[in-house]
Amino acid sequence: MEDPDDLAALMRRARQGDDGAYRRLLVRVSFWLRPVVRRGLASAGHGPQDGEDIVQETLLAMHLKRDTWDAAQPIEPWLRAIARYKLVDHLRRRGFNKHVNIDDYADSAAASTDADPAPAVDSRRLLAALPDRQRRIVEQISLEGCRAADVAARLGMSEGAVRVALHRALRTLAVAFRKGGP
Amino acid sequence: MRTDQLIEALVADRKARAWSPRWLPIAFALGLLVSLVAFLATLGVRPDIAPALATWRFDFKIAVMLLALVLAWRLCRVLASPFEVRRPAWRLLPLAIVLAAALVAELALAPVATWGTRLLGTNWAICLTAIPLLSLAPLGALLVALRSAAPQSPTRAGAAAGLLAAASGATLYAFHCFDDSPLFVATWYLLAAAPVVLLGILLGHRLLRW
Repeated sequence: MEDPDDLAALMRRARQGDDGAYRRLLVRVSFWLRPVVRRGLASAGHGPQDGEDIVQETLLAMHLKRDTWDAAQPIEPWLRAIARYKLVDHLRRRGFNKHVNIDDYADSAAASTDADPAPAVDSRRLLAALPDRQRRIVEQISLEGCRAADVAARLGMSEGAVRVALHRALRTLAVAFRKGGP
Repeated sequence: MRTDQLIEALVADRKARAWSPRWLPIAFALGLLVSLVAFLATLGVRPDIAPALATWRFDFKIAVMLLALVLAWRLCRVLASPFEVRRPAWRLLPLAIVLAAALVAELALAPVATWGTRLLGTNWAICLTAIPLLSLAPLGALLVALRSAAPQSPTRAGAAAGLLAAASGATLYAFHCFDDSPLFVATWYLLAAAPVVLLGILLGHRLLRW
């Protein structure tokens, strides 16, 4: 029987159209990411305060770049590579140039289960900066848990248009994360 | 926004296609096609191409261009990935060795008195203009494709794109240019490639961050 937490299997199922598998994958990855980010920040001599923002920024990057994972390869090195890039990028933006080697403590992907973290600060602020329609679409889907079809009916748009606007909004968010930071 | 709320938005966006390994070769082929058309419409292949093909210097020039294309293509593809690549420049070593060997051969075969004219050739100004211009379309196309990739180092990926674009422009130009001496190729082709690589680095730094 297949391990329900096999991340590569989850990603493969997500690619075949399984939303549940994709959600489970992202949740498992966020559990793995939290201590990795915290230790990365600590090793750079930085407090844990914007850890959850980095977790979200990294999840968003993994989502937008998910097709760069080659299904013939193991997924953990790919996850580590993305996490490392985002962590280094984040620290560099804040003036840290120290080398961060997350491989030292990121060996076991999806190993720990952390308590529910504090909500991130950046994402709420960045969300508010989105164009009105995009912001409403993201809010209805993420905060209110609506499906794209319901949002489409509510806003009088086609479902395809909602998906396009959602994708644009997520790309804008990724750019805002990168440029922003308090 | 809590992280689980963000995840709901990501799940809803699952269907959007984000990248395919085919995008890079397709973009490169399109950019190369634009340059090929521009090359044929302006410079064109040299009229004495048939006798030129029978000389080792011309054949060698084309072989070096093809080697540069293959190595730069591999470099570009590997640097498009999020994985760290150690010492990427070393992957160009075969090109450096072949060029150095050809220089030695040329210096051994050609009389010393002809070195100066072989080095300067007749076309160096066109070479320095045409190669960068013929590189622009491939460079643009490669950068557009790389924006969807996840390069560990945006500047290195930009440099590799610049190198591949310059190799494309140089390959086309090599069919026009009468100067076949390795002395000329090693000097002016490299000088012509330098600004393209530099442009790739600058644009990569700006456009390829993610």
